[in-house]
Amino acid sequence: MDADETIKISVRHLNFYYAGGHQALFDNSIDIPANRITAVIGPSGCGKSTHLRVYNRIFELYRGQRAEGEVRIDGKNILDRDIDVLELRRKVGMIFQKPTPFPMSVFDNVAYPMRLHFKLSKREIADRVEQALRGASLWDEVKDKLKKSGLALSGGQQQRLCIARAIAAEPEILLMDEPTSAVDPVATLKIEDLVLQLRDKFTVVIVTHNMQQASRISDYTAFFYKGEIVEFDKTETIFTNPSHKKTEEYITGRFG
Amino acid sequence: MNDSGKTLLNPACTDRLFRIAAAGSALLAPLLLAALLVQLGIGSAPAWREFGPGFLIGTEWDPVRNVYGALPAIVGTLLTTALALLFAIPPAFVTALRLVDAPPGIGEILSQALDLLAAIPSVIYGMWGLFVLVPIMQDHVQPFLSDTLGLGKIPFFGEYGNGFGFLTASLILALMILPYISAVMRNVFRMTPAVLRESAFGIGCTRWETAKDIVMRYGIRGLLGGIFIGLGRALGETMAVLFVIGNVVALPEDLYASGTTIAATLANNFAEADGILRAVLFALGLILLLLALGVQVLAHYYLALTGAGRGER
Repeated sequence: MDADETIKISVRHLNFYYAGGHQALFDNSIDIPANRITAVIGPSGCGKSTHLRVYNRIFELYRGQRAEGEVRIDGKNILDRDIDVLELRRKVGMIFQKPTPFPMSVFDNVAYPMRLHFKLSKREIADRVEQALRGASLWDEVKDKLKKSGLALSGGQQQRLCIARAIAAEPEILLMDEPTSAVDPVATLKIEDLVLQLRDKFTVVIVTHNMQQASRISDYTAFFYKGEIVEFDKTETIFTNPSHKKTEEYITGRFG
Repeated sequence: MNDSGKTLLNPACTDRLFRIAAAGSALLAPLLLAALLVQLGIGSAPAWREFGPGFLIGTEWDPVRNVYGALPAIVGTLLTTALALLFAIPPAFVTALRLVDAPPGIGEILSQALDLLAAIPSVIYGMWGLFVLVPIMQDHVQPFLSDTLGLGKIPFFGEYGNGFGFLTASLILALMILPYISAVMRNVFRMTPAVLRESAFGIGCTRWETAKDIVMRYGIRGLLGGIFIGLGRALGETMAVLFVIGNVVALPEDLYASGTTIAATLANNFAEADGILRAVLFALGLILLLLALGVQVLAHYYLALTGAGRGER
């Protein structure tokens, strides 16, 4: 990693267990730089999503799941008991594999997190909804159907709506768990363009199955295998000159 | 074609038989409904001839002079049903939420307990109401509401009475329909996709915010469905109400007043009814059936409307 990068998320010795004691992550340590796009790649079931889901403690919704170790965001260990989880989740937005628009209008989908977290006038909300939708490159497509249901949009539009919704909470970090796996190739390219723009304002961590995607958009890449972080480096290095044999085998498509 | 083609059991033939049987069964429901309506119409004709449309707004009930009006029973039915829903929906909603979030073992046991509650015969609720709830209402609840909270000074509450009446009947009804509503709501909550809940939590919603803003909107059709099941049951419930409502044919002056409902009036009078009273009871039955149908139609209309609004069509 370049020496002048600011570290946003610093993970040390993270171990993760599912209910029943099955261990899914082994001693993960990684430094995620601020205002960069970090891709997380690896074969199915290697713990990519599990790792991501620790950053906003969403795993805690499920009984018996447990994380040990340290995950420092801006220096503060978010696994500590006294962390305000609601504030953490505002700061760390998440985009899921499948678009998950809320069952409400396009406008309300984006306004909802604002009403939840900030005291704003109607006027301010309307302005910020437009900003967020513009930020998600969706404004021109939906400005005439703000009152329509979010569920009425196309799959790719729904996913960008979810990104707009995540932006609306004014997070610092955006976690994306295979955000393009459920949309068509054209929509995928649009979302990739969008992710590239997001880098200016947010720290993006994106899990992807698609290695071209990782090489196209990310600055850094982490390769996961069987719950361990095998290699983490600049994306260019990972894809041209990996230090580990496993990484090379994976990116050249010999398994996965 | 082989031999079996000539028997009764060749595929084409059984298929036709099945279709006729299926169509017949499907027709049975509307036919029965139509027959019921016709029967009630014929049976109630003398009452309509005698009292005209004024029967609907008549408040008198005088078996000696043979003058009858339906309004007290109609108002009583609507009032007890509305109050019961008001009392039952919030706890049903919270119970259902809790059941879904409870640890697996406990959730399962509580869930089954809830289903068992729904199976208790209504006459048992009635007996319990009469012997247990009525004295409690008389000695504790009504004095508490009227004196301690000072509600006695505002309309609807007034001077407390003997423990019977609308408030007590509505409470019993609420208890009866709560398990139904809650069981349906629980199933609706279970059907909400995990990822939708996760995205609500993911933007920093609390459990309550997730439930009321996301899960509830997502499952609104199912939730309303559950409420309408409870509503239908409360509208027609007889035994539980009969024991505790006081059975006085009069418009309610306040919530403590004794009164009656359509179903309770029918049950009270059918045994010795003849002549015009019999026709009056048929007319009340017809009104109850139409009320129940009206609620169903309104529900479907409303659901279609909201469904369109959310872009489901």
